[in-house]
Amino acid sequence: MINKEQLIGLYYQIALIRLMEERSGEMYMRGKIRGFLHLYIGEEAIAVGTIAATEPQDYIITHYRDHGHAIARGIPSNTIMAELYGKASGCSGGRGGSMHLFDSSRNFAGGHAIVGGQLPIALGLAIAAQKSGKNGVVLCYFGDGVLNQGEFHESMNLASVWKLPILFVLENNLYGMGSHIERVHSGGKDAYKIADYYRIPSSQVDGMDVLKVKEATEKAINSIRAGKGPFFMEALTWRFQGHSVADPQSYRTREENIPWLPKDPLTSFRAYLLDSAQATAEELDTVDQQVQTEVDEAVRFAEESPYPENDTLLEAIYSSQE
Amino acid sequence: MAEMTLRDAITQGLREAIQNDPKVFIMGEDIGAYGGPYAVTKGFLDEFGPDKIRDTPISESAIVGAGVGAAMGGERPVVELMTINFSLLAADQIINHAAKMHYMSAGQYQVPLIIRTVTGGGAGLGATHSQSFEGFYASIPGLRVVFPSTPADALGLLRTCFQEPNPILFCEHALLYGARGEVPEDDFQIPLGKARVARAGDAITVVSYGRMAHIALNAAKQLAENGIEAEVIDLRTLSPLDLETVVASVQKTHKCLVLEEAWKTGGFGAYLAQSVQEATFDELDGPVIHIGGKDVPSPYAKNLEDLAIPNEQLVLDVLREQCGL
Repeated sequence: MINKEQLIGLYYQIALIRLMEERSGEMYMRGKIRGFLHLYIGEEAIAVGTIAATEPQDYIITHYRDHGHAIARGIPSNTIMAELYGKASGCSGGRGGSMHLFDSSRNFAGGHAIVGGQLPIALGLAIAAQKSGKNGVVLCYFGDGVLNQGEFHESMNLASVWKLPILFVLENNLYGMGSHIERVHSGGKDAYKIADYYRIPSSQVDGMDVLKVKEATEKAINSIRAGKGPFFMEALTWRFQGHSVADPQSYRTREENIPWLPKDPLTSFRAYLLDSAQATAEELDTVDQQVQTEVDEAVRFAEESPYPENDTLLEAIYSSQE
Repeated sequence: MAEMTLRDAITQGLREAIQNDPKVFIMGEDIGAYGGPYAVTKGFLDEFGPDKIRDTPISESAIVGAGVGAAMGGERPVVELMTINFSLLAADQIINHAAKMHYMSAGQYQVPLIIRTVTGGGAGLGATHSQSFEGFYASIPGLRVVFPSTPADALGLLRTCFQEPNPILFCEHALLYGARGEVPEDDFQIPLGKARVARAGDAITVVSYGRMAHIALNAAKQLAENGIEAEVIDLRTLSPLDLETVVASVQKTHKCLVLEEAWKTGGFGAYLAQSVQEATFDELDGPVIHIGGKDVPSPYAKNLEDLAIPNEQLVLDVLREQCGL
């Protein structure tokens, strides 16, 4: 049973991701952030709900839309914002950027920017988790675009053959960049059924509802920790904005958004907490204020942090530590 | 000293590593029950069991990626890629992931992964199975590329690779597995980035590696019958590259021939020749000569394949010409 403190904690994380993403988008438009910026707005409940069910020894490995997972795993928002700014104090030292957030102290094994590339790596992390004897699980996130990649098939197959402790989390927002899943994928609805072929147990969950996501994740992880091998979870979700900040979304209509708006993981969870009298408006407003302060501080930290020194350009290409 | 083949040397290096370090395990296609496509891991499955010797499906990307992930998780995996031709199917994992993880994470994640692979042509396997991509991989920042030509180098370098914190492509030439040589019986190691002067001379420097190092050495022996001594340098590792040893030699001989099996166009040999030229221009008696493989998909017919790969006679002819014979 989830207590009030935990519920507030989930709300705080969703609100923090939302505001961090909104502020990042703003800073991108102001030219403070370079490259690509893929926002997680609309999908927050998946990262928050899944990671709430993890332990410190578990690994997180994800795709390039990785800010939400990083925040949910507890990477400080100021080092995330600093990374988006390309500053030395960023969680990847300014060497990774938005798509490549890392924090080894939290077993956050990266945002990965080649579609599907993180899945084979999850296999190896799972071997390491098995060998360590701590019953760790690897949470491996990917979007629906990955369903059409060869690395998906290779990794599902091998994970099943070797009974590796991996939770595959499909964040199905129905669009791989600008291509609707029904235009480019032959499997149709209920993509989670693809796991049947690999003899991997699976489930489908409302990815807009943080409590449902958390509950489904707990079931999945229990199965994995019990030694039953990998699990596949499909979370149905919706990307409220474009593929990246630069995307004008010419491939879809405004009408497509309408059914998803009431499901907004932030406003719907807030309404749930109020309606079920598990929190008061004042309490949630206080959280919102904390989030506001934290994000202001993250931006200030990023602004004030120095860029990496020029003479560090060639550092860390190779490790010198044995 | 013990005499052994290059295959035996690698087998010994792998066996020692599994015995000495609980973090070491091997993944690859048919390395276990089948005994290894080139018999390097023959008997290992019985000796070490299926957790250490993991037979994989034919999924190059998955097994290299699994190696990357296991290495990030603190293990010391070895992945056997049956041939370097198949590495193209895992190129995403090798180039986009293994090579970049340490830099992109600002040093938070190391990838101490050894990818063993078989490279080179000459065995009549046709265009898709006879290629030499080691030079291409040597151009990728973040990767190490090792290519021994003798049993002693193979064992000494492999031991060092098991101490290395970086991803390594460890290349084994298909036609060198049976090459015999003396191997010291102590636990010697050979550092990465240290070339070997395989034959001392003063007339011309021949720089090569892998099977071509043998071709260079044989040609140099024949040249010596004319009283002319070529210095033969076996690079042993392409990354890191020991340019220092090469330059010191060319400063002595004032002539240089770069010899490689890979296609001549756009490759490692061209880069090496350019680097030598840049470092020694004022001391050269003539241009640095570059011999590479013919720019052709490797043909199947023996007479044609023989024409596509540099051979001893070709190298000898060039050496004679360069030395004024």
